[in-house]
Amino acid sequence: MKISYREAMRQAMHEALAGDPRVFLMGEDVGKYGGTYAVSKGFIEEFGPERIRDTPLSELGFVGAGIGAALGGMRPIVEVMTVNFSLLALDQIVNTAAVLRHMSGGQFSVPLVVRMATGAGRQLAAQHSHSLENWYAHIPGIRVLAPATIGDARGMLAPALADPDPVIIFEHAQLYNLEGELADDWQCDIARAAVRREGSQVSVFAYGGCLPKAMQAAAELADAGIDAEVIDLRLLRPLDTETIAASVRKTHRAVVVDEGWKSGSLAAEVVARIVEDCFYDLDAPPVRVCSAEVPIPYARHMEEAALPQPAKIVAAVKELLNA
Amino acid sequence: MLEFKLPSIGSDMDEGKLLEWKIKPGDRVKKGQVVAIVDTSKAAVDVEIWFDGTVHELLIEPGATIPVGTVLATLLAPGEKAGAPARPAPPAGRRKISPAARKRAEALGIDVDTLAGSGPGGAVTLADVDAAAAQRSSSKPAATSDRQAEMRKAIAAAMSRSKREIPHYYLAEAIAMERAQAWLSEANAGRPITGRLLMAALQLKAVALALQKYPEMNGFFRDSAFQPVAAAHIGVAISMRQGGLIAPAIHDVGEKTLDEVMRDLADLVKRARAGSLKSSEMSDPTITVTNLGEQGVEAVYGVIYPPQVALVGFGRITPRPWVDAAGGLTVAPVLTASLAADHRVSDGHRGALFLAELRDWLQQPEKL
Repeated sequence: MKISYREAMRQAMHEALAGDPRVFLMGEDVGKYGGTYAVSKGFIEEFGPERIRDTPLSELGFVGAGIGAALGGMRPIVEVMTVNFSLLALDQIVNTAAVLRHMSGGQFSVPLVVRMATGAGRQLAAQHSHSLENWYAHIPGIRVLAPATIGDARGMLAPALADPDPVIIFEHAQLYNLEGELADDWQCDIARAAVRREGSQVSVFAYGGCLPKAMQAAAELADAGIDAEVIDLRLLRPLDTETIAASVRKTHRAVVVDEGWKSGSLAAEVVARIVEDCFYDLDAPPVRVCSAEVPIPYARHMEEAALPQPAKIVAAVKELLNA
Repeated sequence: MLEFKLPSIGSDMDEGKLLEWKIKPGDRVKKGQVVAIVDTSKAAVDVEIWFDGTVHELLIEPGATIPVGTVLATLLAPGEKAGAPARPAPPAGRRKISPAARKRAEALGIDVDTLAGSGPGGAVTLADVDAAAAQRSSSKPAATSDRQAEMRKAIAAAMSRSKREIPHYYLAEAIAMERAQAWLSEANAGRPITGRLLMAALQLKAVALALQKYPEMNGFFRDSAFQPVAAAHIGVAISMRQGGLIAPAIHDVGEKTLDEVMRDLADLVKRARAGSLKSSEMSDPTITVTNLGEQGVEAVYGVIYPPQVALVGFGRITPRPWVDAAGGLTVAPVLTASLAADHRVSDGHRGALFLAELRDWLQQPEKL
């Protein structure tokens, strides 16, 4: 069945809400407005305002409330409108949710799921275009997911809710309108990276909003006679080093695509692991395709120029292969 | 931007090892200037450049073995300005070798320093190591520095190809050398030993002049067609002291005086044995002359060095019974000249006329 990423996510939440009375959704405009990205449209009518809770504009407050609910035995889904605003809730996520199990000697679990939109590409200017997945991926104690396909949008929420520790799900805003087939066996794990395209000459690593760009680049490279493998990281913390290394051992070349800025990026972490684990398998220096190190511009052409694009990935691969 | 590529120095060469650069970035070079020394299977050869320019970048490090056709250096054409440097120069002293390539080369026992790099920035990659391994396993035993073995192999390849591809025919002619010897003694009288002419110079000049009338002996057979060459660049077979032989060219023999031919011949023999031949001397011969007279044989029937189409052989000059012009029997110094020629290009009839022409020239030494 062909559905949108938005619909896949909606179905996942609907299933969770319908299947488990401990699950509730909380966030800005998730109720009466139906969600900023319309993912929870109709939920308030179906599940009522007790379980679909509109919150004040206080990320610090409602994320903290979610942590409290999780500690109290609930399975909250907290929607933070975008990663840009999640910075106001960093203290709750980093200082509380991520460390409570450790600081309580294992007495407390925080089975919290935080969903947030991320990324640029829609002319929303510098304050509303961040890709800060790597900030969260830095923190021990939380699991960070980046569903980039219809299947992952449909399948990742259930295991995230089943996880006894906090899970953050990054939904790239550019993906909501993505349409594709939902396979019958859409159930998935939240433990492994996925090979989205098999290839032999170079491994292209991407996640979230960059995955479709990497796939498009791989298709263009195939037309040019270059056989690229595309790996969807899926799981940003903990990274699936095993799958990453297996691919590099096969292709001997790595290009890491990341909408974050290059300095201190997730791409940097992936490259570091490749070099640590696969140094003697490398046939060329690993390459990163990241966003330009500037606040993301408002003007369309400048925004496009600042972000990773299929053409940049193609060029990076060709340079790597001296092609 | 001009590209200076490794030339094929002789038809049996498919790769060479860069031993030394004679130029550096910024140097102005002239056509014909020796710019590098390259080791072929036969000899270390001074490679000449074939255009004027200013050296921009040297792309290959000494020590690397590279296939014929590899770009060795880039040069700016006269008047051309350097643009932005193509890429930052690699840090001196450390070649770019990918970790994977280094590891596989170690496992296979391949010396990475002998490999040319095809990766970004000239890096040696897995593909380069695999190519070297494939080449080694298909045709060659481990790279050896044994020049003799390499030369033997090169000769074997060229001569096998010759006998496989070229339908040789052979002709011989006994030539009275009385007049030539007499002329030579007279010409050498009063000359210091070092300035004396040798009979070999007369023979070479006579061959060159005979070729002017029979051009089908002079040139190359390539791509199923004969390509005649106007100038006689005669390859002189020189036996090497350690074994093997080499046949570098004396250029334009037909245009040179005997003294010039003699000087060039002496120079060529000296340099061939010292291992400092020029690339043009190795690649240009249009015909080969071999002289085994000193070794005492009466005649030599040679194997053509492809893609040339003829080889002239001279035996020793020896006193023999001879019927002179008047029909009387005398004793005269006689030389057996032979022709091995490519039947695809010429026929015995023309070959016979060529040898007769050669004989006639040697009867008129004063005209040589």
